[in-house]
Amino acid sequence: MPVTDAPALRDAIANASAACFFWDRAGCARFTDLNRGTSLGGRCAELAGRSVLVATASQLTTALALIELDGAARRLLILPPDAESDHLGAVVEAAGIDAVIVDSATPADRASDIPLRVNCSPPIVAATVDPLPRVKTEWILMTSGTTGVPKLVAHDLEGLTAAMRTPSPADGAEVWGTFYDIRRYGGLQIYLRAVCGGASLVLSSAGEAVGDHLARLAEHGVTHLSGTPSQWRRALMVPAIRNVAPRYVRLSGEIADQAILDSLRAAFPAAVIGHAYASTEAGVVFDVNDGLAGFPADYVGGVRDGVELKIADGSLRVRSRGAAFGYVGSGQSLADADGFVDTGDILERRGERYHFAGRTGGIINIGGLKVHPEEIEAVINRHPQVRMSLVRPKQNPVTGAVVVADVVLKSEGEGARKIELKDDILKFCRETLPRHKVPVAISFVPALRVAASGKLLRRQG
Amino acid sequence: MSVKLTIIDQMEQIAREHGKILAPLKEDLVLADCGLDSLGFAVLVARLEDTLGIDPFTAAEDAFFPVTLGEFVKVYEHARH
Repeated sequence: MPVTDAPALRDAIANASAACFFWDRAGCARFTDLNRGTSLGGRCAELAGRSVLVATASQLTTALALIELDGAARRLLILPPDAESDHLGAVVEAAGIDAVIVDSATPADRASDIPLRVNCSPPIVAATVDPLPRVKTEWILMTSGTTGVPKLVAHDLEGLTAAMRTPSPADGAEVWGTFYDIRRYGGLQIYLRAVCGGASLVLSSAGEAVGDHLARLAEHGVTHLSGTPSQWRRALMVPAIRNVAPRYVRLSGEIADQAILDSLRAAFPAAVIGHAYASTEAGVVFDVNDGLAGFPADYVGGVRDGVELKIADGSLRVRSRGAAFGYVGSGQSLADADGFVDTGDILERRGERYHFAGRTGGIINIGGLKVHPEEIEAVINRHPQVRMSLVRPKQNPVTGAVVVADVVLKSEGEGARKIELKDDILKFCRETLPRHKVPVAISFVPALRVAASGKLLRRQG
Repeated sequence: MSVKLTIIDQMEQIAREHGKILAPLKEDLVLADCGLDSLGFAVLVARLEDTLGIDPFTAAEDAFFPVTLGEFVKVYEHARH
């Protein structure tokens, strides 16, 4: 195994302030204590050079284990909380896993056939940290939203942190928070920003209500808060949102439409509101901080900050150091021969900006006319009474399919006006969209299901 | 409202929404000439499923689509029994 002098996550905390914490609902850990301590019972040397499955149940133990293991383990496979246990065997085999990190809440039968099982727990126990041979650790993330066996996407720390160009003052004054889980790409970005930037991080806990999470974010004085547009829409419906006052509000993982950007602007008038475009495979591609949906058209074609964008067959392609370098255990290639990753996101140019129109796989065919549900949702979401919406196909004997919409209103008290409101939303759609894109029916629903990845579940059943 | 009146009511509404002019809605009117295009019919069938609770065409095993308005109404009347 090649020994390297490349930086590891441990180096990032060497000079961080002692005021840097990870918090979750159950407790906290001062992660700079890892400079002279361990959360793995001092067993890091046993894990050196191994392919390690991180199967911790809580985000807090995950956060600690990753700092100890980066630069020591050959490979870290991070298991997201909603990973299906049916696929675990195949995943473990594909990644050549020979050790597993668990915590007190990991089910005993999870990955029980892996011989080396190491427990991770706060508190961090003081210990002499012997320097281990430094290796370049492969970080393996599992993709979300696909059926069947998940894909294993390989990154390294340099690529994962490629988009973090502005180091923040490592004074512990920044407090990051995220609605994401740090075991997914979007959440991992926030975790790495906190750890590498010498900031604290407020983590969510399994099964925690949004209001309780917001209360904890407020208690710790969150300054930087991140989530998907769906998670933000849900958070804006909770009164506790008024108690947080982040300086920086970040959206990623789904299309940020103008309605959600405007709602966040109204909720946080003084904050910088940025939407990032990133994916597990393509990495962080760009950040947009002007408060407008879409992104400037001149991002496409040139090289900006080491990221090159082009459009082929309507979809965005990315070549970047931040992109993953491949899939593990699959012959499938991640990039084309020129090193571009196809994001599967369809772009549409309007004036001097590109807008995301939808996904290559998510098209609804209405009598031969193609429709992206996201485009219709963006129009419905602009209605002042609408919080969020889901547009889905409905089978139809004439055109194969038509579109219908499920809509969540901003306030429950609109009951008496529902028929009027339905007509109003439809009228709004008719004025803006071609006929075939106007939903044939609108249903008001109390909530829409959001997957563990933070994205709207397109198959709600 | 009877099935027939419901259908006529919906056809008129869809024609208004789509900016189409309907031919006089008589029993023997050939649907293809009524003024609604295929998207109009798609919307009609979807709306009727909402109001009448049935979509006789998607439920049917054979892909039969009526030719005249009278036949169209009969398909719905049948399906309701």
